[in-house]
Amino acid sequence: MKLSSDPGLSSKNALISMRGISKQFPTVLANDRVDLDIYPGEIHALLGENGAGKSTLMKILYGFYRADAGKIFFHGEPVSIRSPQDARHIQIGMVFQNLNLIPAMTIAENIALFLQDLPPVYQPQKIHERIEHFSKQYGLEVNPQDLVSQLSIGEQQKVEILKLLLSNARLLILDEPTRVLAPHEIESLFRILDNLRNDGYSFILITHKMKDVLRCADRITVLRSGWVVETLCAEEATEERLIALMFDKEISTHIIRQGQAGALSSQPLLELKGVSTRGEGAATSLNSIDLVIFPGEIVGIAGVSGNGQKELGDVVLGMERIVTGHKLLFGRDCTHRSIADIRKAGVSFIPENPLSMATVPFMTVLENMALTNTWRYARYGGLRVDWQAVRLDMETALGKFGFSFSPYIMARSLSGGNLQRLIIAREMAHNPKLIIASYLTSGLDVQSVMVARQALQQARRDGAGVLLISEDLEELFALSDRLIVLYGGKVVGHFKPAETDSYTVGHLMTGSKAQDDNIDSNPK
Amino acid sequence: MTILTQTRNKISLLNGKPVRVLLRYLVIFGVAFVLFGVILWLAGKHPIEAIRDMLVYTLGTPAGLSEVIVKMIPLLFTSIAVALPARVGLINVGAEGQLYIGAMFAAGTALAFPQLPAWILLPMMVAAGLAGGAIWAFIPVFLRARGLVNETITTLLMNYVAPTIVSFFVYGPWRARGTASAPQTVDFAEAARLPSFFDTRIHLGLVIGLVILAAYWYVMKYTRWGLEMRAVGGNQQAARRNGIRWTTYLILAMCVGGAIAGLAGMSEISGIHGRLRPNFSPGFGFTGFLINWLSNGDPIGILLMSFVIAMITSGGDILQLKQGLPFAVLNILLAITLFVVLAKPTLFERKKA
Repeated sequence: MKLSSDPGLSSKNALISMRGISKQFPTVLANDRVDLDIYPGEIHALLGENGAGKSTLMKILYGFYRADAGKIFFHGEPVSIRSPQDARHIQIGMVFQNLNLIPAMTIAENIALFLQDLPPVYQPQKIHERIEHFSKQYGLEVNPQDLVSQLSIGEQQKVEILKLLLSNARLLILDEPTRVLAPHEIESLFRILDNLRNDGYSFILITHKMKDVLRCADRITVLRSGWVVETLCAEEATEERLIALMFDKEISTHIIRQGQAGALSSQPLLELKGVSTRGEGAATSLNSIDLVIFPGEIVGIAGVSGNGQKELGDVVLGMERIVTGHKLLFGRDCTHRSIADIRKAGVSFIPENPLSMATVPFMTVLENMALTNTWRYARYGGLRVDWQAVRLDMETALGKFGFSFSPYIMARSLSGGNLQRLIIAREMAHNPKLIIASYLTSGLDVQSVMVARQALQQARRDGAGVLLISEDLEELFALSDRLIVLYGGKVVGHFKPAETDSYTVGHLMTGSKAQDDNIDSNPK
Repeated sequence: MTILTQTRNKISLLNGKPVRVLLRYLVIFGVAFVLFGVILWLAGKHPIEAIRDMLVYTLGTPAGLSEVIVKMIPLLFTSIAVALPARVGLINVGAEGQLYIGAMFAAGTALAFPQLPAWILLPMMVAAGLAGGAIWAFIPVFLRARGLVNETITTLLMNYVAPTIVSFFVYGPWRARGTASAPQTVDFAEAARLPSFFDTRIHLGLVIGLVILAAYWYVMKYTRWGLEMRAVGGNQQAARRNGIRWTTYLILAMCVGGAIAGLAGMSEISGIHGRLRPNFSPGFGFTGFLINWLSNGDPIGILLMSFVIAMITSGGDILQLKQGLPFAVLNILLAITLFVVLAKPTLFERKKA
């Protein structure tokens, strides 16, 4: 291994050294003279709240962005990474949050597609052998001939990791790898990472989940508004210390469950009676779902993604057509009403992906704020839009949460977390009666998570009903008054949070435990 | 912090809208004409002379200028007919067919009521033209809104159906007996002709077109409907989830677009030809599609581009006469223009960096 002639620039023995990396976006300085060293055989966590610059830094390392200033060294040699191809050339690989596999192809085909040394006529058998070699060695068991469309998210993640291993990556960047995994899947992922690390592979883990960091990282670099606050070893790290580094001031991560559910009136806000849908393509079909939400209660929906919770939210909103069964909203039959009617009646929707499902990227923040309520702001029968009123509503809505955005910037220039904040504020404005919140806190940092959860609880105290869809069991247990588990489009469990534990729910979520007698489909 | 404010100023300066738009088009045509000149030079012609001829005989004389404006009128309509559906994400390649059917409906009205006074007959013809274009646009967009057929294909294919329907009427029931050997309807009554201005062929269609362009601009920029349409076009899924009636907007935008294309047909036969002929449109609908592409749906761009494209097509006649160049040479110029526009993103980004 060659060492740099100038020891001040790159650390000895480091696999990758980033020095003085700066990146300026039109409105924000995303990275400010960041230094980062990655050694062979370490798991390095990159921790920080939303907009702290973690993703930007990794996109620079993976060649998506070019840094405005700074250098990258590979084994002490300066390198220029202009594209993901360059990054892969020096054995860097990245697993993205939204996995990039082609569902209609087998695991082996997906992996073969990614290999740069794939001959024009390739032998599938060889690929299979190589996959099996790696999967046996590191506990990444998959069947190379399975179609990706049949895999769970956890298995797809394994395929992504295998893909990188087969293409000889030595440094793997994982972007929020545990976000979509069930508790026991997270544990098995960490075991795999441990094995690989012991064989000299390096990992960068982008995350803001404290638990993951403390569980598996060797070293932790904390970023705050674009600069490195500190890099510390796992032994020195405690939850309090990390939070103090991430934020200027220490905040409490305690969730206080305020009071019991509001007085249950006899009139439910939402009633689903035997609702079934027909999912097209990869979508899950719902199978005779019964669900009741009363005013002042939060009903949590647990399930591994792809088991019908997205469809459930869409059914309530009116996006998904109901084939059989009935949907009653506020006592009226709304089985086939349009989304516009349902929203106007007081239903809000916070989707799991705010960029693609809630906002128009090429519109300003202000315009996006008006979109759900255009009837409210139309003047002269629609000939004019009262932007003054939109602005006022926007400021009150954002003010409630302590967020603030410039109204005239494009929505697409906001970071994922900020977009989520914007949508939460928009959907909570105008006192909704029923809130469908899908992955409410995904992509939010600790502080915003607190605010968002408090907002839900406030809405509940004000008599609103909440359908909270999440894979974060901790969140579901902390917030829900009742908990429903979905598996394969069916309700397989129905609990009060106090009466169960995360392992029971986790097993139901993954279908590893059969439907049991816990189901009493109506609490009353 | 200073870097921040500087960047912001730079952005807002670039956004100084009209000036920037004008500058952009100036650059595009500057580059296009230079490249065109190179091709003329390679063909052994005198490029500067040719381009000078083209400019002088179109813009330099009152008669030439008026002809340019005459050619611009239908393009104004057809480009809006493409631009409006494009706002909700629909690709309307069918302005040509919608134009023919609109013209047919208008002609039918003119032939059916030759005795009516102009103040009744012309509005009726306008309504008929609008209806014809709208009906022709409704078929593909209805199928599209139902999720059955892609509108790009259907609108394109229906372009080949419309002229044959027109031909059926012109060769058959509506054909003028006697004198004319070329198939065409009888001349419309004087009341069925759009009035022209200043002893030129510029007709009332210009005013209608400009009014529609202004309305298009206002609706898109200031109204609730414009906001919702931009949302549908910008992110259909989000628009639907936000409770915007997207199918209504799809159908509405396409039908209004078709209606405007139909009006182009009406204004052509009423303002220029005075009768219905088969194949009376030299591809106004397709040129409108090109103009929308070039201007990206921007109202100022549509106005400028319609004018410039009209100028180029009139210039073709001049080149033929003065330089002995084939008319097809113009297609080269149009193609170069399109290439320059398509190359624009990299051109401008490089400037910024």
